[in-house]
Amino acid sequence: MHEMGIIIHLAGTLEETAREEGLTRISRVTLEVGEVSGIITDYFEDCWNYFKKRHPVLEDSRLEILTIPAVTYCSACGREYETVKYGRECPYCKSGETWLVRGNECVIKEIEAE
Amino acid sequence: MKVIELNKKATASNDRDAALLREELKSRGLFLINLMSAAGSGKTTFLSRTIKDLEGRVPVGVMEADIASDVDAAAIEALGAKSIQAHTGGCCHMDAAMTREALDAFQPEGGMIVFLENVGNLICPAEYDTGAHLKIMLLSVPEGDDKPLKYPLMFEESDALLITKTDALPYFDFDLEAARKRALALNPEIAVFPVSAKTGEGMAAFEDWLLGRYRAFTESA
Ligand SMILES: Nc1nc2c(ncn2[C@@H]2O[C@H](COP(=O)(O)OP(=O)(O)O)[C@@H](O)[C@H]2O)c(=O)[nH]1
Ligand SMILES: [Mg+2]
Ligand SMILES: [Zn+2]
Repeated sequence: MHEMGIIIHLAGTLEETAREEGLTRISRVTLEVGEVSGIITDYFEDCWNYFKKRHPVLEDSRLEILTIPAVTYCSACGREYETVKYGRECPYCKSGETWLVRGNECVIKEIEAE
Repeated sequence: MKVIELNKKATASNDRDAALLREELKSRGLFLINLMSAAGSGKTTFLSRTIKDLEGRVPVGVMEADIASDVDAAAIEALGAKSIQAHTGGCCHMDAAMTREALDAFQPEGGMIVFLENVGNLICPAEYDTGAHLKIMLLSVPEGDDKPLKYPLMFEESDALLITKTDALPYFDFDLEAARKRALALNPEIAVFPVSAKTGEGMAAFEDWLLGRYRAFTESA
């Protein structure tokens, strides 16, 4: 249950933010989710819609998910390429010594609130 | 209505809980170690060996979160060490709140080294700070030396990498040097120890390192 684990902390982080900023109602939560973060967005939204009801400040919120494309770096030839298209093997030099540069994140970009 | 830019990790609240727990444990002189690996890499076997080797030198306790069964906790108890079965509520990892709950139930004595055997999974446990003072990961020879390329985060996050089941090296094409190089490329600070919990090979070097870290911890507490 990867998604539920993240949602629990997401809600905790938002409640904390609301307390700090004196917010009573969050209406939109915009997340940046990496393409290879392993988060299934449909399922994530279902979890959110179920879970937000437990938190008065989040009750009316809508989740907006921006997908961040994954990029891999090849340490053999020094180039970057699209992870999802080519996978682990560098399309330029066929090396397998490659590392994910971005695409694994789950970040709260911004919220709309009052 | 106003728009507030946050750029905060979704799991930021866990990071805060973890930092608090880490400080509290330090003031109680409890050294918590988060032990992570894929399922079956040899965490429980390795812990059993470590407990035997450290007997009489430092008190060791184990909190088992591996959801496979409670066989693991039983195996540790059989060695005479204090242990408890921790519960993740179906989650694929332990977080700081679950770790705190497990510690409250466990009630370890001050000065103890407490190992948290995390859920067998190379991905999620690396993403959640449990409040541990030290993170140790295992990669077993049968899993292959390419794992740092596939699952970089755990290698980036860990203080030590144990390459386990080295007694099986003759039967697999696992390149120890390649694995070491890949791990160090991700994390230049990581300490790498090839070990076999079966034969005991390499365990002493790891245990010396561990006791060194434990001493540094108690002296700074
Ligand atoms: N050959 C060999 N087998 C090992 C070693 N350590 C563990 N195993 C075996 O690997 C399997 C999984 O070990 P276990 O400790 O339960 O792994 P865990 O799931 O990470 O706790 C068991 O069958 C162990 O006997 C080792 O050093 N050498
Ligand atoms: Mg185990
Ligand atoms: Zn290349």
